[in-house]
Amino acid sequence: MASEKAEIDALKKECDGLRTQIEAARKAVNDGSMTGASGGVASVGRVQLKLRKTLKGHLAKIYAMHWATDSKQMVSASQDGKLLVWDTHTGNKLVAVPLKSAWVMSVAFAPSGNLVASGGLDNICTVYNIKAASPKTLRELDAHTGYLSCCRFLSDSEILTASGDTTCCLWDLETGKQKVVFTNHIGDCMSLALSPDMNTFISGACDSLAKLWDVRDGTCKQTFSGHTSDINAIAFFHSGNAIITGSDDCACKMYDLRSDQEVINYQDTSLNAGVTSLALSSSGRLIFAGYDDFNCHIWDSLKGEKVGVLSGHDNRVSCTGVPEDGLGVCTGSWDSFLKLWN
Amino acid sequence: MPVINVDELTDKDKAVMELNQRKLEVKLERWLTSKCCEEMKDYIQERVEEDTLVKGISEEKNPFKEKGGCIIC
Repeated sequence: MASEKAEIDALKKECDGLRTQIEAARKAVNDGSMTGASGGVASVGRVQLKLRKTLKGHLAKIYAMHWATDSKQMVSASQDGKLLVWDTHTGNKLVAVPLKSAWVMSVAFAPSGNLVASGGLDNICTVYNIKAASPKTLRELDAHTGYLSCCRFLSDSEILTASGDTTCCLWDLETGKQKVVFTNHIGDCMSLALSPDMNTFISGACDSLAKLWDVRDGTCKQTFSGHTSDINAIAFFHSGNAIITGSDDCACKMYDLRSDQEVINYQDTSLNAGVTSLALSSSGRLIFAGYDDFNCHIWDSLKGEKVGVLSGHDNRVSCTGVPEDGLGVCTGSWDSFLKLWN
Repeated sequence: MPVINVDELTDKDKAVMELNQRKLEVKLERWLTSKCCEEMKDYIQERVEEDTLVKGISEEKNPFKEKGGCIIC
């Protein structure tokens, strides 16, 4: 036992040495921040979006939503045990998918619009064909040993999942089997986001780290630290060169991939609530962050200032999303409603 | 591929995993943050004029507007 402890101490010492080297390398290239680069940029002023629609239909807390690539349909998941597919232009419900397990935490729309996936405390990611006469279960992806916190389709034949068992996984939907398992986090994985070119993805976890992974070979390429609590939300910047994270420590951060470090922090002393979700406007200038304080606060991504708020929910904002055409933003809440704003 | 159950990893396994990851990451080539931030700012500003949520949208073009007279909230 003593020699085992000595071995671990030696490993930790070597690890600390490398960590110091990495921090030094980051510091060496840190010759300017985002607020510095944006000094001359015009302010966006006060961003005041109007509530355009409230979508009513769920009977319990909404935990997740995801826009379809057509920017019109959207799927939401509630612990009332249903997925609802909405036409957001008319406000009509198009499809209702009854779930085997009501404890849903995540939902995703496939880029094709043919499939949706969901999962949660059942540890399973279930994929449904919603183009059939009535929604049909296509696959039940069952191998995670912890809850399913997030899922995202690459196509109709591949899906990525993040789990409370600390791993992420790439699945083949044709066989229903795992293709790649991504192991490196030491806390529950809470969220994931695919890069625009789909060659990499990022994960946020309860170990307060964000990690960048190669989708095909399973390796962790980069690790981003700085948060002091669980990272609940994560998004890729549209250029593919930066990521945004949202955490229980009440802050959002932008990390630049090529300089391998945090370049701006979005935090306000008056905001004492954890970040649950986030989404970017089409240019990336605005960050919509959902918080436990029942609001979605709007940040200027370049200047790091709070520029607006979406108020109207009567409970925690659990999910936020901007469609591909950038024409609006959707917020979903534990109050059971979804709201559309622009 | 087998699922690696993190509960079954020993402290030593976890230490080895972290060390191997750091060895990979220490080799990364890092760009100057000033250059990266400048590029990010340019990327955003090139697109901000077309960004509906920043610039606003006219009633006729708004796909989410309520059709009909009144909205009762």
